[in-house]
Amino acid sequence: MSLGARLEGKRVCICAGSGGVGKTTTSAALAMGLAARGRKVAVVTIDPARRLANSLGLAELGNEPRQIEPERFESLGVEMHGELWAMMLDPKRTFDDLVAGLAPDEESRREVLANRIYQQLSSAVAGSQEFSAVVKLYELERSGEFDMLVLDTPPSRNALDFLEAPTRLTNFLEGRALRMFLAPTGLASRVVGRGTGVVFSLVRRLTGVDLLQDLSVFFRVLGGVLDGFRQRAVAVDALLHERSTAFLIVTSPEAEPVEEAIYFRSQLRRTRMPFAALVVNRVHPAELLEVDPEDARRELASGVGDALARRAAANLTDFQVLAERDRESVARLVAELDHPDPVLVPHLDVDVHDTYGLVQVAHHLFAASAPAA
Amino acid sequence: MWGACLVTLLSKRLLFVTGKGGVGKSTVAAALGTLAARSGMRTIVAEVAGRNDVPHALGHPHDAALPEETEAELGPGLFWMSIDPQHALSEYLHDQLRVGALADVLGQSRAFGYLAAAAPGLQELLTVGKLWELAQVQRRTPGGRPYDLVVVDAPATGHGLAYLTAPRTFAEIARTGPIARQARTIHATLTDARQTGVVVVATPHELPVTEALLLDREVRRQMGLELERTVMNSLVPARFSARDANRLREVLATAATSDGAPPDLRHRLAPGQAAIRAALSQASQARDQRRQVDRLRRGLGHAPTPLPFLYSAAVGPEEVGVLADRLERAL
Repeated sequence: MSLGARLEGKRVCICAGSGGVGKTTTSAALAMGLAARGRKVAVVTIDPARRLANSLGLAELGNEPRQIEPERFESLGVEMHGELWAMMLDPKRTFDDLVAGLAPDEESRREVLANRIYQQLSSAVAGSQEFSAVVKLYELERSGEFDMLVLDTPPSRNALDFLEAPTRLTNFLEGRALRMFLAPTGLASRVVGRGTGVVFSLVRRLTGVDLLQDLSVFFRVLGGVLDGFRQRAVAVDALLHERSTAFLIVTSPEAEPVEEAIYFRSQLRRTRMPFAALVVNRVHPAELLEVDPEDARRELASGVGDALARRAAANLTDFQVLAERDRESVARLVAELDHPDPVLVPHLDVDVHDTYGLVQVAHHLFAASAPAA
Repeated sequence: MWGACLVTLLSKRLLFVTGKGGVGKSTVAAALGTLAARSGMRTIVAEVAGRNDVPHALGHPHDAALPEETEAELGPGLFWMSIDPQHALSEYLHDQLRVGALADVLGQSRAFGYLAAAAPGLQELLTVGKLWELAQVQRRTPGGRPYDLVVVDAPATGHGLAYLTAPRTFAEIARTGPIARQARTIHATLTDARQTGVVVVATPHELPVTEALLLDREVRRQMGLELERTVMNSLVPARFSARDANRLREVLATAATSDGAPPDLRHRLAPGQAAIRAALSQASQARDQRRQVDRLRRGLGHAPTPLPFLYSAAVGPEEVGVLADRLERAL
């Protein structure tokens, strides 16, 4: 089944995989291909190195989607039947906007945004980027402005960071025990019981009193937005489980990304999130394995001379090692993911970092699907 | 005899290896660890963020259980550990509170669990704290023997920086108290160029080079450190000159016109054509890579240390050994 067919009826596509496998490129090419085929698509990426902007030929992108002029692609022979929009996620901005939107009044809004613990939480904490990404996705989805959203997941070494981000933040923000603990009188002492006194004094021994005070201020000021925040986290988590959501696992044929892809698939299964397709980038063509380098050397010798023919044959032998590895990797992925027809994008001679490269990748992603009507 | 650069590099107590995802940080970390261990240094390669790539690179099969010891000896003098913040927290509590029972009360308290999850940057701080502890001449871990060198297989660019800056971040949040004091001590070690070095790994492609340059700037700005080394990994050799490529292209064109169908559309490749395709691909890759090497060199103001692309199916002990040899010669 082609990638186009697999994403039929989907409204959200989340591209996941380990770093360096071509996730951003795949996301952008996928979004472009879908837009060319008539859909109104927004691609969302966290992009510290501005790779998406670069590959789309833009100086920069902001925290709101903007439309990419179709002329950029038309000059490369791609007809845009739909619209391609792109945005670069600013995690801190997104987080701040969310909190500001949930705050009941101007004063609590200001107080939250100015709190030092909050500031660290929204920028420095692992998981807040991932959470911001899904929050943005959710907002765009709810806006109803797009037929399709493609999310390039933040670069992380562990796929779980992404899947668990909403739950982790919900757990933390719910923090009932923490709130009770920070007010060790009244309800807290009754509910938590005797342990609290000991725990509290032990913690104070470690942290000093400042951190505890700041945390309690943090929870007080955050109190007003807490419920809204928790509801949002729950809604966001629900979006990840929707039938109209599709996870696309992106990998390259190297050993570590392959293991990561297999692990990610098992985690999707465990968390009951919908897997749609596997994309394997940079695959060396298996046809290279069907020839004998020695035959190649003999065949070329008369045309290019002995020395060059020998070097070309030796190089072919090296490429066969990679082609064999790639064939085995793909076979392993097919078996482990129980996914018979992954999308294979060949190892391209060019380093894909511009619009031309994107068009080439999109061509391979959609290779098996019928051209747009 | 080692070059001056390698001597300086291995004189640190902590080496952070970072760079864009997928550039081979774990492999380079394993190679640096191997190199140090070979020379008789007691060395540990530490992974963070739940990764276990190094044992695999050093020959541990993917489907076998990982070593159970927290500091496992994978080869003579070469240790490995994957740092678990939860475990680091419990260790820390035992170390600080001295009384095991108290530490257990705290460690098992749900309220404390929430606090630990709530304090921003605490997970990162605990991880870096453990790295710092590994690098101490006087270990705080009961029975722990000191290491001569701790090589950290750090997360990619952004997260990697978050780890390096976590102690300062946390010290700013907590302001006073033992934790803030300890965080400041760790920060002082991390910003001391005699003790800590940052090694950035790139591959000769657009984005990895961009991120290496970004790290060069940010490590200086945020940590006040110069990059100790930049390693350009996965360089393919220049096997074919422009003239070679042209000759091969001509042969391909002749073959295409002689039987009517362009080679891409034929079902099977003739051996010669397969070899030409591979050669042209290799040649264009090598050409693109040279451009990126130049870009990195210009941006850094000095030449990165080259490491070859290995035409092998997987990175195992043999490959890591080859890379360690290359580093030894190049540095």
